[in-house]
Amino acid sequence: MTLPGFPEAAPLAGLAGGVLIGLAAAVMLLGLGRIAGVSGLAAKAVGLGGSGIARGGAWMFIVGLPLGALIVMLASGGIDATFASPITLAIAGLIVGIGTRLGSGCTSGHGVCGVSRLSVRSIVATVTFMATGIATVAIMNALGLEVL
Amino acid sequence: MRTTLTSLVSGTLFGAGLALGGMTDPARVRGFLDIFGDWDPTLAFVMGGAVIVMAIAWRIVPRLAEPIFVGEFHLPTKSDLTPRLMGGAALFGIGWGIAGLCPGPGIAALVIEPASAAIFVVAMLAGMAVVRLAEGTYS
Repeated sequence: MTLPGFPEAAPLAGLAGGVLIGLAAAVMLLGLGRIAGVSGLAAKAVGLGGSGIARGGAWMFIVGLPLGALIVMLASGGIDATFASPITLAIAGLIVGIGTRLGSGCTSGHGVCGVSRLSVRSIVATVTFMATGIATVAIMNALGLEVL
Repeated sequence: MRTTLTSLVSGTLFGAGLALGGMTDPARVRGFLDIFGDWDPTLAFVMGGAVIVMAIAWRIVPRLAEPIFVGEFHLPTKSDLTPRLMGGAALFGIGWGIAGLCPGPGIAALVIEPASAAIFVVAMLAGMAVVRLAEGTYS
C-alpha cells in the first residue's frame, strides 16, 4: 500500500513496525517495570551509567536489537539501507552519544515511552530533537551537503 | 532468568519493529526529517503505532500492584524542564539529522551494515563516555 502523494512512504510496514516497538516497550514496562530507553540501556550495558536495570538485563535488551533486525532481514530477504560516510557517522554518533546522556533519553525513551505517558519532560525533549533534526537536514540540504 | 529472558524478548521485538518500520535505513529517517523537501511520512506511522500501544500499556500500570516479573516499578519521576534536558535533546536531534541514525536503529543495523553501524555505535558510546567523564570532574 502506498500513500497518495508520497510514493516512497511505507505506511503499513511503518505502522506494523511501530506496533512491534510499542509491544517491546510494553513488555519492558509491564514485565520488568522499566522504560525501554535504548540510550540509557546501552549506557548501562557498557558501564557508563544510564538505566537502573541490572547490567545483564541491559545487555540482553541491546543484543536483542540486532537479533530482531536479523530475523526481519532473513524473513524478508533483505533490508534496504543507505549509510553516510565513516567520518559523518563518527561525528553524528559522537553528538548523539553526548546529547542522549545530557537529555536523559532518545527517540525510544522520550519519543515512545515518555510521550505515551504524557510526560512533559519527554514531550518537550521530543519536540526539541524533532525540531533540531528537521533544521539540521534543512540546513544541510540548503548548503548542498549530501551525506547519503 | 525470567527477567533476563524478558529483556531479550523486549529487545528482539524492538529490533524487529525498527527494521520492519524502515528505521534502520538512514535514508528513510532523513526523508522523514526533510519536511521542506521530499518528505517521507513513514516514521510518523512508526511513532504513531508505538505510542498507541504504549498508551494502552500505561493505562494497565495503575491496575498492577507490581510488574509481572519483578517486585516494583522503577519509573522516571523527574518533572522539571532544565537547560540540560533541552540542550541535550537539541544536540541529539542535530546528530540524528546529520546521519539519520538514533541509538536503537544504530545498534540494530549492526547486522545490516556492520562496518557503518559499528562506527556510529562506537562514536556514540564515546560521546556517552565524554559526558560521564565530565560529570565525574564536576562531582
